[in-house]
Amino acid sequence: MDSFSLLWDGLANAVTPVNLLYALIGVALGTFIGVLPGIGPAMAVALLLPVTYGLDPVPSFIMFAGIYYGGMYGGSTTSILLNTPGESASVMTALEGNKMAKRGRAAQALATAAIGSFIAGTIGTLLLAFFAPALADVAVDIGAPSYLAVIVLAMVLVTSVLGSSQLRGFIALFIGLTIGLVGLDLNTGQARLSFDQPLLADRLDIVVVAVGIFALGEALWVAAHLRRTPLEVIPVGQPWMGRDDWRRSWKPWLRGTALGFPFGAIPAGGAETPTFLSYILERRLARKGHEFGDGAIEGVAGPEAANNASAAGTFVPLLALGLPVTATAAIMLAALRNFGIQPGPQLMVEQSDLVWTLLASLLIGNTFLLVLNLPMAPMWAKLLRIPRPQLYAGILFFASLGAYTTNQQPFDVFLLLVFGLLGLMMRRFALPVLPLILGVILGPMMETEFREALALSGGSVTGLVNEPLAVVVYVVVALALIIPRIVARTRGTEPEDQERPEEVVRR
Amino acid sequence: MSTDTSHETTPDSAAPAPRRKDTAQYGVAALLAVIGVYTIYDASTLAVGFGDPVGPRAFPYVIGTVMVVLGVLLVLATARGDVPEEEGGEDVDLTSPTDLVTILKLVGVMVFTIATVSWLGWAISGALLFAGAAWSLGSRTQLRDLLVGAAMSVLSWYGFYVGLGIPLTPGILDGIL
Repeated sequence: MDSFSLLWDGLANAVTPVNLLYALIGVALGTFIGVLPGIGPAMAVALLLPVTYGLDPVPSFIMFAGIYYGGMYGGSTTSILLNTPGESASVMTALEGNKMAKRGRAAQALATAAIGSFIAGTIGTLLLAFFAPALADVAVDIGAPSYLAVIVLAMVLVTSVLGSSQLRGFIALFIGLTIGLVGLDLNTGQARLSFDQPLLADRLDIVVVAVGIFALGEALWVAAHLRRTPLEVIPVGQPWMGRDDWRRSWKPWLRGTALGFPFGAIPAGGAETPTFLSYILERRLARKGHEFGDGAIEGVAGPEAANNASAAGTFVPLLALGLPVTATAAIMLAALRNFGIQPGPQLMVEQSDLVWTLLASLLIGNTFLLVLNLPMAPMWAKLLRIPRPQLYAGILFFASLGAYTTNQQPFDVFLLLVFGLLGLMMRRFALPVLPLILGVILGPMMETEFREALALSGGSVTGLVNEPLAVVVYVVVALALIIPRIVARTRGTEPEDQERPEEVVRR
Repeated sequence: MSTDTSHETTPDSAAPAPRRKDTAQYGVAALLAVIGVYTIYDASTLAVGFGDPVGPRAFPYVIGTVMVVLGVLLVLATARGDVPEEEGGEDVDLTSPTDLVTILKLVGVMVFTIATVSWLGWAISGALLFAGAAWSLGSRTQLRDLLVGAAMSVLSWYGFYVGLGIPLTPGILDGIL
């Protein structure tokens, strides 16, 4: 209960008229960018990060939280109205949501998504307030060997459990690890892979890498295959829900939240798995059962709640261990470091007031999302009609602006272009983006822990496994590598389900 | 890295085509191997300090070696008929062949921006970037694009300067903005 009184103090700290204005601007900007086709939350957060530079920590948190929730909700709007989800987490929303929209129930789909996201986000943040300090208490005692093992676990889970091809996952991961090597070696101060460029020796800015891979890479990939006939956008009025919609939505919201939060908190790649499970669960539980496949509101309510709850869950390892497990969390980590906050076990002890303010900001951002997006949905839907040349030119513009503002160096825009072309290549060859981003962020952390562990043991390899927790985690790593292969052998089609959800419906 | 996409000769198709080889994947494999070998070479030039049992070389050695191995595995997979499932999207039409001309135009526009932003300043370079990119993507309303781009870049300049206290390069408009 102590957590909640601290959270209350954080709220009191955060709720001022100026801060609420920042929350409003953040939600509006986040939704604006997130609703644009082809842009998921990670990309929205990366693109808008420069806007928060130069603000004090508290207003920038609040604005950032608004951007984050706005970006996520924007993605759902796109998938409901266009049937083409911008990111893996809204694949399930698109399944039933778009069918609802086609039957003239777009307003109810958007409403259940918004209200479900709000409820799940609020419960998730409260759970976070409860669990993160507890985990941090435990994490303070974790030594370098166990920490290293947890990093390895996050990498292996994201690379081998998600996605269709382990080989491609590992290729992406190791490209990321190579990118993470660029710059000064942390111990000896020698430049690695810097081609004698002082600007490279200074280490790459994760924002430039992320914006390049996500935003520019996506824009270039779309440019290579631009659909010349625009997709049909379903017109939508004011979102609202009837009594029956409420009755059918509230249980899926809660079940989605219960699935989403734990999956977000373990390093298993964020919202993809819980949204899928929530969809399957709701489809099984639906008594009539037959509306699934033609626009069942449960199929929007559950996955949307799971999506937002898992987003709150990803903050648990991020704040307590400094360990990002999704692309969005990786950019959040960069953002928090920019604000002078080093997430990890020490954070709760040393800067706990900032953490509580951040959590309070999440609650505020989530509330504003509901307040702003229910009335403004028709306006956001209009954004889907922006002509494509101008839309993608705008993405190029903002990506370049974001890269340029990190250091005011044209060289950063050049790096942006290089990573944009890498992003294009990855999309062409089906290399997943998430392992790469995690490789860039976690690689240097992993090396630090590895060297610390061996320095402590005087170079003896036993230094890597002299904590029981480390051994346990390595066993899990081994299982995570082996089990998908066995499942794939014995059941042939199972991994395909996550890739092609349409097939699940047809069965 | 752009050269790899240019190897594409086969038309892209989202439909499960009869098993064909994606020869462009050999290019990716070669790229992985080259990066891996260079990483190893680069690490070999580092000096190892005292009292550091791991040193700065170990990680690049491991990562570089694994990159080479992954390159080899990708060659084997490709030879066995492994075909990547290209990423779809809202505005992506995978049945159309890769439009290299558009990509090259966009890259050209970006390079122009990189080369001129310090001299022309963000307000002008940004406007040209937007108009140029829209033109590359098939817009035929150049004047309007230029005006929209100018409005966006001038507004973002003032937004960063007034709102956040970050002066972006004014370039030749120094004193006017």
